[in-house]
Amino acid sequence: MFQRFQQSRWPQLLVWVLIIAAIVAAPAVLPVFRLNLLGRFLSLAIVALGIDLIWGFTGLLSLGQGIFFALGGYAAAMYLQLNSSSGFPNGIPEFFGLYGVKQLPAFWQPFHSPLFTLVAIWLIPAVLAAVLGNLVFRNRIKGVYFSILTQAALLVFFNFFNGQQKLINGTNGLKTDVTQLFGQMVGSPEMQRGFFWFTALMVIAAWVFVRWVVRGRFGDVLIAIRDDEPRLRFAGFNPTLFKTIVFAIAGGLAGIGGALYTVQSGIVSPQYMTVPFSIEMVIWVAVGGRGTLVGAILGAVAINYAKSLVSEAMPQSWLFIQGGLFILVVTALPEGVIGWWRSDGPRNLLTRLGITRRIGTYPQLELDGQEEVQP
Amino acid sequence: MQLLFESLFNGVAIGSVLLMAALGLAIVFGLMGVINLAHGELIMLGAYTTYVVQLIFKLPAFEPVYNLYVLVAIPLAFVVSGVVGILLERTVIRRLYGNPLETLLATWGVSLILQQFVRSVPLATAAGLVLALVVGFSLPLVLPASLLEGPRARLVRAGCWATSALSGVLLAGGLASQISRIARATSRNVDVTAPRWMRGGLEWADLTLPVPRLVIIVMTIVSVLGVTLFLNRSVWGTRIRAVTQNRSMSDCLGIPTDTVDVLTFGIGSGLAGIAGVAVSLLGSVGPNVGGSYIVGCFMVVVLGGVGNLFGAVLASFAIGWLTDLIGAGRLLTLWPAMPPPLAATVQFFATTSMAQVMVFALIVLFLQFRPAGLFPQKGRMVEV
Amino acid sequence: MSAPLLELREITVSFDGFLALRDLNLSLQPGELRAVIGPNGAGKTTFLDVITGKTAPTEGDVLFQGRSLVGRAEHRIARLGIGRKFQSPRVFEKLSVQENLALAVSRPKQPWPLLFGRLGGQERERVHHLMGIVNLQSRADWEAGALSHGQKQWLEIAMLVGQDPDLLLVDEPVAGLTDEETDLTADLLKSLAGDHTVLVIEHDMEFIRRLESPVTVLHQGHVLCEGTMDQVQADPRVIEVYLGTSEEEQS
Ligand SMILES: Nc1ncnc2c1ncn2[C@@H]1O[C@H](COP(=O)(O)OP(=O)(O)OP(=O)(O)O)[C@@H](O)[C@H]1O
Ligand SMILES: [Mg+2]
Repeated sequence: MFQRFQQSRWPQLLVWVLIIAAIVAAPAVLPVFRLNLLGRFLSLAIVALGIDLIWGFTGLLSLGQGIFFALGGYAAAMYLQLNSSSGFPNGIPEFFGLYGVKQLPAFWQPFHSPLFTLVAIWLIPAVLAAVLGNLVFRNRIKGVYFSILTQAALLVFFNFFNGQQKLINGTNGLKTDVTQLFGQMVGSPEMQRGFFWFTALMVIAAWVFVRWVVRGRFGDVLIAIRDDEPRLRFAGFNPTLFKTIVFAIAGGLAGIGGALYTVQSGIVSPQYMTVPFSIEMVIWVAVGGRGTLVGAILGAVAINYAKSLVSEAMPQSWLFIQGGLFILVVTALPEGVIGWWRSDGPRNLLTRLGITRRIGTYPQLELDGQEEVQP
Repeated sequence: MQLLFESLFNGVAIGSVLLMAALGLAIVFGLMGVINLAHGELIMLGAYTTYVVQLIFKLPAFEPVYNLYVLVAIPLAFVVSGVVGILLERTVIRRLYGNPLETLLATWGVSLILQQFVRSVPLATAAGLVLALVVGFSLPLVLPASLLEGPRARLVRAGCWATSALSGVLLAGGLASQISRIARATSRNVDVTAPRWMRGGLEWADLTLPVPRLVIIVMTIVSVLGVTLFLNRSVWGTRIRAVTQNRSMSDCLGIPTDTVDVLTFGIGSGLAGIAGVAVSLLGSVGPNVGGSYIVGCFMVVVLGGVGNLFGAVLASFAIGWLTDLIGAGRLLTLWPAMPPPLAATVQFFATTSMAQVMVFALIVLFLQFRPAGLFPQKGRMVEV
Repeated sequence: MSAPLLELREITVSFDGFLALRDLNLSLQPGELRAVIGPNGAGKTTFLDVITGKTAPTEGDVLFQGRSLVGRAEHRIARLGIGRKFQSPRVFEKLSVQENLALAVSRPKQPWPLLFGRLGGQERERVHHLMGIVNLQSRADWEAGALSHGQKQWLEIAMLVGQDPDLLLVDEPVAGLTDEETDLTADLLKSLAGDHTVLVIEHDMEFIRRLESPVTVLHQGHVLCEGTMDQVQADPRVIEVYLGTSEEEQS
């Protein structure tokens, strides 16, 4: 009976109903501080969806998604800073004054435009991802080498943003909570509530989009790349192109997530490009279940919530827990929680706990029940 | 001319630290195909070992031979990191052979745990724990086999572990009572003071060569030579190479692949420990010290070509020299009359962190021409 | 005699000095069915690698429909109309049988059409037809990784046929198949010849005989002889190669 429950569609439906209910109810029941946290975690879920696309489906483990995340954040923050800097000397953001910069650097100029910013938030990370990705993919560098190179690229971007005070305020980052948008303070509770709604909608939009990408033959090609990339070439497909496209999509999603995260956390800084943060992103997907999409969302939200709870209660123990989680998931739950649910995980657990009876027949027969086995 | 020498020396100095740090990784990754993201933390353990050894040598009983503590720290660091590495291999990595991406994530988890470990556990306790591990692992190897297989095998094994636990507790207690600085956990960075003979520099043809740098260069040369000889000349070296090339065949030939794995991983990790000694001589030691080396190490391996020690040597010196060349803005010194826009560019990159940006760009450019590094692996297995 | 579909001219492949192929010449007429045999390590697979762009020849040229293939990427060569089945079956293990075949029959190979377009009715019909041929309808929704070795072999053959190339390169298609399936495979390949050009590599001599096609014998990277199966089997050089050579002749 349990199996019927597990295989029918409605557990998944139930998950969705729960998610939507939680989102709808959250603004009413949560204090602004918690609501804001949830909003941030939902923006991280958008990043996680991108990672699931490239890692879960295509097998590309990027340890550098922080680059694209931060770039999206910087784009948003630059616009907000410019939008609220008319009162400062020279009409440019305040921090420039600290370093004696009198004129706005050229690359800031286009961020006066809200339209440009809205496009830049996802397009700049996507284009950068496409370029970096293509440089690596076309040389058929793959597997761990790709991971290592993305990590190195992350370090490079961190160094760059961290060191350039005169261009983007270096290690201090750009604050957004005291800036203005639509004549309101970005950090105000009303704005934050609005951002929460918007983020929730974006998560669903991103989910629909990624799902559309992975369904159908395009998605099959991605899985084929993960399975046996060289073989795919001999069938006439060019994996480099597909990989570049999905890496760009993931970059764009990370950019959107970064922008939403920035306006809700009130700051963007090179800290978003640290090595640990980018690896954490991967583990959200691993815990939720790679290749499942819903798992990426659940993983991102659940782990970050756990992190904030644990860090409030026992600050030192989070690293232990997180480290343990990495090891546990990889060795014991390689398919993540959702994957475990969809396979025989729950039933095995119940059996082990003595709640349901062990199956008496060959499991094969039970599973293939409807299928007639023919020679 | 002098400029060239200075630059070369700096490059070799930077490169040798890098090589020292990457050597263990090159072995573990090149021979076993294991991506060990906890390698940096093994380096950190080596550095902390140096710190503890140095404090022990400050005790009145060891005061007369204080200057020699580095010589003791090197083998100890090797053992400490090696044992932790072996523990890691036995418990986690062994389950993940053949899944490099999974290994990468799991070892990252290990590295987080190790970082937090040195923050929240007193160094004295940590030392005791490591000693217990060493004793626990090595006693069964030392004892005669008849004891271990006889009727009282259980008892003997329990005795082994009891002994190891006892020795660990004794060491931890002893250290904590004698050296107050390591009796309590701290997340602050600590400093290793170099012995007197290592301070200052050696004057040579208008150049001052800092002695610690020279010591590290010598350490690196000795380590590389040692590893090369071991892999190419010794029986176990041959076995390691055999297992690398064909695991199941080696199994059939009666090579104890399990032992080979432990040995390879232990040596790779131990080398990280020695690198930790070098690192501790250059700056302060903290829980995050390993993280700052790990990416550089991987760059060395990727650039050099996997499984090729000579490639790693060449790559680290190339990276070291380039870092110095760009980071110190040497081109500008060399050619002061440079046109202003070019000069501005050179200036822009003339910091250590910006030099890293440039070096990475150059590596990616290089990989466009030689995707598999300086010395690519050959043969049919490469692209299946 | 019309222009050859495929022509290898003086192909040499050297792996660090070891010559896997030496001055290999070979040409295939359109619609021809050709069998290639040779002892282990003769260079048969390498020779397919050269045609399909996996290995670049050290010297020599490969012409397909008059165009040189050397230096082209694998997927471009495949799009020109050259399909290949690998020696050990290589299917996409996490895709279902149906999806594997759908990828093979899919005409557009570019990302955009695949993203926006859907599998056409005609293509779906072809997938079903192919599954019928290789008797895998009942496994349509199985992950290909769960198939047996022989089923994978057949799935890969079906994928090759579904790709509908002008030239089919088939490396050891019947290894691990039962006698009955071997015969079916031979008939399938024979029926393809005419519309397609087929090159088969195989060690199973009964199978080759059943193909009733000209045979090329490869030895140490070189064409040893060509002819019908009977001629080839009677050739003393071939007997020598297969049954062992005396030392002094191995130069
Ligand atoms: N990438 C490579 N590097 C080095 N040597 C290679 C490589 N590929 C093939 N060879 C060598 O080339 C020779 C020919 O190999 P090939 O696979 O073409 O033989 P084959 O005729 O297909 O043999 P079999 O009947 O066993 O499949 C072999 O000696 C092999 O070792
Ligand atoms: Mg072959």
